[in-house]
Amino acid sequence: MIRFLWRRLVWFAITLFVVMSVSFFLMRAVKGGPFDTERALEPAIEANIKARYHLDWPMWKQFAQYVGPLNLDRHRAEFLGGDGRDTFGGVLAGDFGPSFRYRDFTVNDIIAQSLPISALLGLVSMMWALALGISTGIASALRRGSGLDLALRLAATGGIALPNFVIASFLIVLFVFLVPLFPVAGWGSIRHMLLPGFCLGLVYAAYISRLTRTGMLEILSQDHIRTAHAKGLAPRTVVMRHALKGGLLPVVSYLGPATAGILTGSLVIERIFFIPGTGSHFINSATNRDYTLAMGVTILYTVLVYAMNTIVDLSYTLLDPRIDLEQS
Amino acid sequence: MRAMAASGFRSRLRGAAPFVLLASLFAAALGLASGARLEPADFTFNNGTEVTTLDPATVTGIPEGRVIRAIFEGLVVKDPKTLEPLPGAAESWEISADGLTYTFHIREGARWTNTDPLTAHDFVYSFERFLDPRTGAYYAYQLWYVEGARAYTRSVTPDGEPALSFDTVAIHAPDDHTLVLRLEAPTPFFLDLMGFYPLFPVNRRNIEEARESWPETWTLEWLRPENIVTNGPFQVAERRVNDRIRLVKSPSYWDADHVAFGSIDVLAIEQDSTMLNVYLTGGADFIDRVNTSVVPQLMPREDFNPVPYLGAYFFRVNTKKPPFDDKRVRRALALTIPRNDICTNVMRMGQVPAYSLVPPGIEGYASAEMPRGSADEARRLLVEAGYGPSGKAFPPVEIHYNTSEAHSSIAQVIALAWSQELGIQAKLRNEEWKVYLDTQNTLRFDVSRSAWIGDYADPNTYSDLFVTGGENNKTGWGDPEYDRLIDAATREFDKAARMELLRQAEAILVDELPILPVYFYVTQNVVAPRLGGFFGNALDEHFPKHWYWMDDNELAHRRATQPAEWQLVDAHGPADGLYSPAQEAEREARR
Repeated sequence: MIRFLWRRLVWFAITLFVVMSVSFFLMRAVKGGPFDTERALEPAIEANIKARYHLDWPMWKQFAQYVGPLNLDRHRAEFLGGDGRDTFGGVLAGDFGPSFRYRDFTVNDIIAQSLPISALLGLVSMMWALALGISTGIASALRRGSGLDLALRLAATGGIALPNFVIASFLIVLFVFLVPLFPVAGWGSIRHMLLPGFCLGLVYAAYISRLTRTGMLEILSQDHIRTAHAKGLAPRTVVMRHALKGGLLPVVSYLGPATAGILTGSLVIERIFFIPGTGSHFINSATNRDYTLAMGVTILYTVLVYAMNTIVDLSYTLLDPRIDLEQS
Repeated sequence: MRAMAASGFRSRLRGAAPFVLLASLFAAALGLASGARLEPADFTFNNGTEVTTLDPATVTGIPEGRVIRAIFEGLVVKDPKTLEPLPGAAESWEISADGLTYTFHIREGARWTNTDPLTAHDFVYSFERFLDPRTGAYYAYQLWYVEGARAYTRSVTPDGEPALSFDTVAIHAPDDHTLVLRLEAPTPFFLDLMGFYPLFPVNRRNIEEARESWPETWTLEWLRPENIVTNGPFQVAERRVNDRIRLVKSPSYWDADHVAFGSIDVLAIEQDSTMLNVYLTGGADFIDRVNTSVVPQLMPREDFNPVPYLGAYFFRVNTKKPPFDDKRVRRALALTIPRNDICTNVMRMGQVPAYSLVPPGIEGYASAEMPRGSADEARRLLVEAGYGPSGKAFPPVEIHYNTSEAHSSIAQVIALAWSQELGIQAKLRNEEWKVYLDTQNTLRFDVSRSAWIGDYADPNTYSDLFVTGGENNKTGWGDPEYDRLIDAATREFDKAARMELLRQAEAILVDELPILPVYFYVTQNVVAPRLGGFFGNALDEHFPKHWYWMDDNELAHRRATQPAEWQLVDAHGPADGLYSPAQEAEREARR
């Protein structure tokens, strides 16, 4: 177990470094800069703005400055005179730097403000998705080929195929304008959470339902299940105690990346329901050329995906005794 | 037996662990997220996006302007209806007979939110900071009318520091309450500029104390709600990125007696449909734009009244690239733009077809319009330029615009018209905003969508764009006579003569047509009918200081004066109204 975690950690460092460097250089290769606006800037002023954010440096030096607390910074361009101090410590010191678009905030501020919101909404949606997905998946698998199975599979396919902004629009018309039950948008109370949480969870529920069905069907045809039935166990016990554990394996492996995705928020849901979460930063930071914020959320996402996948791998051992992490 | 029970318990515990973990995570997140819950504000409006910063010196955008006008106050403020300069931080002022020296008398009772008195030195400091090239002020050139200011910003050491001393700039404070500025040339709109938000003052102690406390991050620390010191009718109470800015009435403001709202929420909704939904369900009382698809439904409502303002939509032409270097070609293209079609069928809010650069609505100025002509005339011009059936084939034209539904529709309508009327093949080229800006700045387009919103109510805010080599010219076009007229206009103090010079300059521009005018903007505000002190004006600028809620009585009065065919809608806000202490006293006296 310890060896497994060690190996994971080493790979984590490598992955993170690759993700960081690729996105850093890709982003800067795109045309247009963070401080371009419709109004042209006086060259003397533009040079100073670029200098403050080190955009006048060669790429490698910008990257080194971004990654590590190397103190390459001797920033010259500040009113009242610069004093050669570092504006930020670099990613390794846990400092993602100042945002270029939201100039009154650091990237750390922005993530600290928005991540709990996205995470809370994600958690609610995920719990709802799990409850709905697993129960319908099991029902589908047990009544394989029945009308119920067909209906549930159709619904799941629909849930995957329908974009969530379509579902959101329907729900808004229905539960805000026709039957005024919920606030139309915003954040702050449980009532604000229900509509977006429902929409966000639906797609995940659909996937989980299909994965549960597949997993259960495979397990139900195996020998140890037949044995359990032969022992005369009640069907409920067979399903809940013996089949479910193995049947959920595909769901569990899906949950790793899905949880990372749902916790960091969804652009579409956040825009429609005006939720100040992290999801919108993934797209907006790129269109705004907000280099530091884009890097910040990319790194955040990488870390989350990696952590979730590791947790998933660990949980395999709990669900399936045949899996040994040391061997893999 | 006991061991089995224990292991059963342990396994049950293990089974429960994920749920316990989830539940505690949930509780923690709920606590964090609900910590930001606020009481509803007296008034809520949508600002269209999150502001870039609250530092007046470095901003350029309309959303930033709305917030900065609420929390800071310049030497002069604008009349909410006519935009005439009124006393603000300066109680009064004198302009010398030659129009060169401005003496402002700072108001005695004016205070910062940290209770420091506001003095003339604050303005000297703020203007120095504004002009200093290290501050990063996009609008620094707006103060270059002051003697020595241009040189101060432009002369820099290799380290980017100003090479000249600020003493070379003609901005002085002989005492705490007198501020003297000397201009290079009489600039008739200079007083208007003093009411322009980038020129609002900042507090020196605010910045310097932040610098001491946070030597590394002070450039943003001084702007945090708990640190920022302001001098306007409102102050910042709270901020959450992409959510809201909570403003509260400032008790130290000199004219607090005339401020009605105790708190205002500024929302950052970007999605058109979401902001309309929020407005319709009472979550916002004023939104600043609507999607063109809902205009037919909104038009009859009493809360939607588009009025023209200083905004022009046009295409820049790359005059360095053949065949667009030929004036006749540009004329032919300009003549065949279906402006009426675009205004009535695409934009649908009463936008005005444009035949000039400067929008209507500036007092004392009548634009010079481009010569009109039929499609036949346009075809004749192309033949004259050597294209058409007997001449060369016209190369395909690329219509360049930034990604947006409306821009795309307009480009399609124009492309169709050019192909039908002139037989020119027109292609659309759509680019994401920052790439679009890059293409435009480097002159790699044929015709490119552009727009300009006036900064102040004077034709110069437009005419200035197209001087030879101007940073915002972006057409490659230049004309010595045009430059001479614009320059002469900044030196002409007689209003009528000056307007005539600017009109002559515009006449050159619409004759040469480095730009193809399309339409002039109208406001898209949807405003709760109960809101008082809100006026449509030539800059679409609004002033929270003057806003108040009307009571039912006053609302009924207002409705009696509006056209009867307007469809009445639900009036947000308190039935008893919400008035400023001064208004209350006046109402009391009337009863």
